[in-house]
Amino acid sequence: MSNHKSLRTPLGRVRHLGAARSGTKHFWHQRLTSVALIPLSIAAILLVVSLLGRNHAAVVQILGSSPVAIVMLLFVITAVYHMWLGMQTIIEDYVHEELPKVATLMANTFFSFAVGLAAVFAILKLSFGL
Amino acid sequence: MVDARTSQAKARPTSPHLQIYRPMLTMMMSIVHRVTGGALYFGTLLLVWWLIAAAAGPNAYAGVQWFMETVVGRLILFGYTWALIHHMLGGIRHLIWDTGYGLGPVEREWLTVATIVGSIFWTVVLWLVGYLVMGGIR
Repeated sequence: MSNHKSLRTPLGRVRHLGAARSGTKHFWHQRLTSVALIPLSIAAILLVVSLLGRNHAAVVQILGSSPVAIVMLLFVITAVYHMWLGMQTIIEDYVHEELPKVATLMANTFFSFAVGLAAVFAILKLSFGL
Repeated sequence: MVDARTSQAKARPTSPHLQIYRPMLTMMMSIVHRVTGGALYFGTLLLVWWLIAAAAGPNAYAGVQWFMETVVGRLILFGYTWALIHHMLGGIRHLIWDTGYGLGPVEREWLTVATIVGSIFWTVVLWLVGYLVMGGIR
């Protein structure tokens, strides 16, 4: 019996979500975050540009205000998730040896979480004024 | 099984790689999209540095401000802005292509040129606005 014949129905195979066990989740989340990032990064760019020349007290006051902090949190979390997915694709495209691939994929996850958490921590600290 | 093993030993035909193709605008822009994505990945360190310094206090913030006002800092910020806008416009182009539109020979070239021209235009406008109108960047 040749390999391509399976007793599984097409639906049964779909339920197993393919070889990576994740279906189109990666593709879909990349698109979902990219759409969200259009308004969020425009807002973040304008905010950063308008804050760059101001002194520390003004920056803390503006960054710490609730609407600005919420937009910045949304931007940072969405951007970090988007870049985590994107870098995973780049690694999978260029790193083929098993050990370096797993190591760089892990490094990607560690870097993304560290950057994301540091940014979120800083924004919350500014907001709560500690 | 035996078939699979013997065929693995044979030299399999490989897919032609980049240097085989004549460089085209869509191809170059695909590469630039990936490069800007990678640059923005590490550029987040700059954003985090800025946020943490702001949260840490006036002294730490003064350090960031000093760096951003140097020529190198300015160039990095300018490049960061361009990379972000370029990646965003490239992303919008890809979202349009995802729906099945804009893939014809004329449209795809037009969209690609629009990405370059648009990214440079908006970066310059943003910096002009930053310098002149908002007085944000000294």
